[in-house]
Amino acid sequence: MIRGVLVDLGRCMGCRSCQVACKAWNDNTNEITVCLGCYDNPPRFSADTWSLIRFDEVAEGDQLHWVFSKLQCMHCEHPGCVAACPVGALEKTPQGPVIYHDERCIGCRYCQVACPFHVPTFQWDRPVPFIRKCTFCADRVSQGIEPACVKACPTDALAFGEREELLVEARKRVLARPEKYVDHIYGEKEAGGTSWLYISPVPFEMLGFIAHGAVKMGFPTLGPERVDKFASVAMSVVPPWILAATATLSGLYWFTKRREKGLQARREAQARKDGQAGHEEEA
Amino acid sequence: MTTAQRRQLPIGTAILGVLILIGLIVAGYRYANGIGAISNLSDGRPWGLWISFDLYCGVALAAGGFVLAATVYLFHLKKYYPIIRSAILTAFLGYLLVVFALLVDLGQPWRIWHALIYWNLHSPLFEVAWCVMLYTAVLALEFSPAVFERLNLQIPIRIIRRIQIPLVVTGVVLSTMHQSSLGSMLLMMPDKLNRLWYTPILPILFLLSAISVGLAMTIVESSLSSRSFGHHVHLDILAGLGRAIPYVLGLYLVVKLGDVLIAGEIGLIFSQGVHSVLWLVEVLGGVVAPIILFSLPRVRQSPRALFWSAVIVVLGLVLNRFNVSWLSLAGRPGIGYAPHWMEFAITVGLLSGGIMVFMLANRYLSIAHHAPAESG
Repeated sequence: MIRGVLVDLGRCMGCRSCQVACKAWNDNTNEITVCLGCYDNPPRFSADTWSLIRFDEVAEGDQLHWVFSKLQCMHCEHPGCVAACPVGALEKTPQGPVIYHDERCIGCRYCQVACPFHVPTFQWDRPVPFIRKCTFCADRVSQGIEPACVKACPTDALAFGEREELLVEARKRVLARPEKYVDHIYGEKEAGGTSWLYISPVPFEMLGFIAHGAVKMGFPTLGPERVDKFASVAMSVVPPWILAATATLSGLYWFTKRREKGLQARREAQARKDGQAGHEEEA
Repeated sequence: MTTAQRRQLPIGTAILGVLILIGLIVAGYRYANGIGAISNLSDGRPWGLWISFDLYCGVALAAGGFVLAATVYLFHLKKYYPIIRSAILTAFLGYLLVVFALLVDLGQPWRIWHALIYWNLHSPLFEVAWCVMLYTAVLALEFSPAVFERLNLQIPIRIIRRIQIPLVVTGVVLSTMHQSSLGSMLLMMPDKLNRLWYTPILPILFLLSAISVGLAMTIVESSLSSRSFGHHVHLDILAGLGRAIPYVLGLYLVVKLGDVLIAGEIGLIFSQGVHSVLWLVEVLGGVVAPIILFSLPRVRQSPRALFWSAVIVVLGLVLNRFNVSWLSLAGRPGIGYAPHWMEFAITVGLLSGGIMVFMLANRYLSIAHHAPAESG
């Protein structure tokens, strides 16, 4: 069964325990950052920061929402990165986590380009670089233990469980308090669905990548199609194409060669005939 | 050769040598300090100049090799025999450029062979990797007789001649796969590539545009080498290539426009701001204009007009590949990208190396004036 996490933005108080727990569990070093005039610190993922809290003040009518969004890899049901990686360095495990195999990666960064959520990061400053992103604590999840961030959350804003059950729970919370939540479970359908799910007091469209003049991580507006839909069609056409193209080209070769030979034979015959005619005339 | 040409060459060679050296130094700096040290690439914009120019344009501009190989060996159009070797050399060098650029662009280039043992059949880039490896090998074999002739090795020449047709068929099939798979790669980004360009038939558009630029690139490269090395290419040959261009480009235009029309996206041509401008310049300037030019007998009778019209096709293709892999492919919103000067240094150094090898090959090997071999 696919595991997931339900992130309830209405319950998050922005304490960043999850962010710290992530660093601690994964042995990720701290970063030197600069103040951007907002609380986001750092505002974007890096090879050392796989999970972070984003801070927004969203005005709706006369209401002001303080929204804290925990962001990390969404762990898609049909991940673009997994389909894109030419050497299979990324893998969607049966339990849900999308994991990365250091030993396979060639550093082409197609996973980064193919990710609709702009999640994977690359070690730009290293001579031997790898891709880095949230692992959904696959080491813990495979043992049935919740991810480090979920463990650290003091307000139950993060709930770990079976994705299907979390969807039911999310719907229940939204229906129970329609005045508190917008009617949208982010991740239920986005890009074919993700293991991580969100409910929020403000529309996700208001939590885009650029807010308050800062460039952050955000919730892109995505359709329900998996991103590799057409690419997989194109790839499935390759084997028949190889056969068809080889047959067609060989056929054309044979055909034009035959025609060439035919033309040549006719030319020679014509030449002989002309020669004979010439002789007859002479005679 | 006149004395003026004699004097010119070493200066040009010296400049090329300096550019290659700068590229090598920058590459060395990159291996010691990481890609971030020499580029403006970032997590918000992981691909840049190297992928757009060296890979996307490099592969397309090498298309002359498979187009001419098919024309001469598979379709038996013997008229084009005199320029086949030059076209294959250009393609071979184009592919070597791609490989060398990847040695800089890949994070761990020493693992470039991993695609041989770790397979992901769902990845268009997996297909690309295999096509690059196999077709570069095919091109090396196709070009090898020029080297064997110089070394006077008869046995390898005979072997190559015997396997020539299967070799050419393999090369053409690989090329059609490779050209189209570069389009398939972009299919993975439905939410990032501007809708004016994103379409499920991108692989077909990539193949058609590659064939047309293969013809144009052959005209450009034959004209240049006939000027530089004093080979006289018959105008008739180049005009023949030029005559084919309106048909291929015309088909490309019909498919491209038809796709936009059927998708009901014709309105996007005017509503996408700078992207609309890019699309219009690409289609009107790079496709429609050359269709008209190459249809004019006056153009096809003048070497200069042929050359410049072919240059327009090449520039139009470069703009197309830049559009789909860079200018109209969204990165993280808010993250900008302009290439670092050292990114240019790598690309310029690689190009200089390619030109240098092309010049040396034309000087020491029989590229243009070789007697037609017995056809297979």
